[in-house]
Amino acid sequence: MIVRIMSEGQYRLEESEHAKLDELDDVVVARVEAGDQAGYTTAFSELLSFVRDTGQPLGPDDLEGSDFMLPPADLSFEEAGNEFTGEGLIPDPPA
Amino acid sequence: MAGTSGRFTTVIKAKINKLLDKAEDPGETLDYSYQKQLESLQGVKKGIADVVTAKKRLQMQTSKLEQSVVKLDTQARQAMGQGNEELARMALERKNVAQSELQGLDSQVTELEAQQQKLIESEQKLRTKIESFRTKKEVIKAQYNAAEAQVRISEAATGVGEEMADVGLAMQRAVDKTENMRARADAVGELEAAGTFDDITALGDGQDDIDRQLHQLSSKSAVDDDLAKMRAELGQGTPPPAAPQIEKGEGAA
Repeated sequence: MIVRIMSEGQYRLEESEHAKLDELDDVVVARVEAGDQAGYTTAFSELLSFVRDTGQPLGPDDLEGSDFMLPPADLSFEEAGNEFTGEGLIPDPPA
Repeated sequence: MAGTSGRFTTVIKAKINKLLDKAEDPGETLDYSYQKQLESLQGVKKGIADVVTAKKRLQMQTSKLEQSVVKLDTQARQAMGQGNEELARMALERKNVAQSELQGLDSQVTELEAQQQKLIESEQKLRTKIESFRTKKEVIKAQYNAAEAQVRISEAATGVGEEMADVGLAMQRAVDKTENMRARADAVGELEAAGTFDDITALGDGQDDIDRQLHQLSSKSAVDDDLAKMRAELGQGTPPPAAPQIEKGEGAA
């Protein structure tokens, strides 16, 4: 699967990483919903780090579309309120 | 299962759909997409230019404020030297205002610098993707039948469309930030216009009230010094109050 971090680039991750990605995404949602700003900052940066560390960056001339899109790293806590709600940005992996 | 995608994702998907919906036959889609991509690239260039302009403006404000801080500090010292504590306090208060404005501006300039750098990188990336699309476009035209071409064009256009929309959002965020900064820079500009932070070298019309008071003080003390000198030459003792000087003047006439 391909994940885009906005303002940054696209990464190719193994399908098997979907569950972990979803889990990290859910943590961000929980922190945002709890109004925990410091917790959000940590959780969001962990989510992005996971994508960067686990994924292979796509070449600049690659024209593939992304399966998931994550907001830019400088997303504010207020903006996060519009992004991380309900199921978050990564839906549950297919059973 | 339907995931609730965030605002950014929604905006990007809407933009890609708009791009793909426009044209019906493959050839048209290709040309339209490529045209849109080139336009988008121009937009990014313009956006970068706007950020650079905003940054330069803030840098000018910064250097003005730096001069003001030096000036106000000098003025405070002069005022203290003259024993005018009230005037010295006024200058120091203004210096503090200028310093805190300066800190705000400094961090904003740094932020704009980062925005600019990011946009430049985005522009290069988008340019590469568009070039890749152009190459692919020729291959699609030459090798595929209409139905296949449509699919491949959609794929390729989605890739570029996503990049375009991403850059577009980044630009929008940069512009929003720039506008906040512009409002702030304007506020500082108004303070300057009100004479709070005049340039120390502008001794003509540029004088503010601290300048004028200091000028009066120094003229006054220069006059006092001269008078003291004259008194010593004339062999007079302790200076009498102002009134006897007039009597003395009348007596000499």
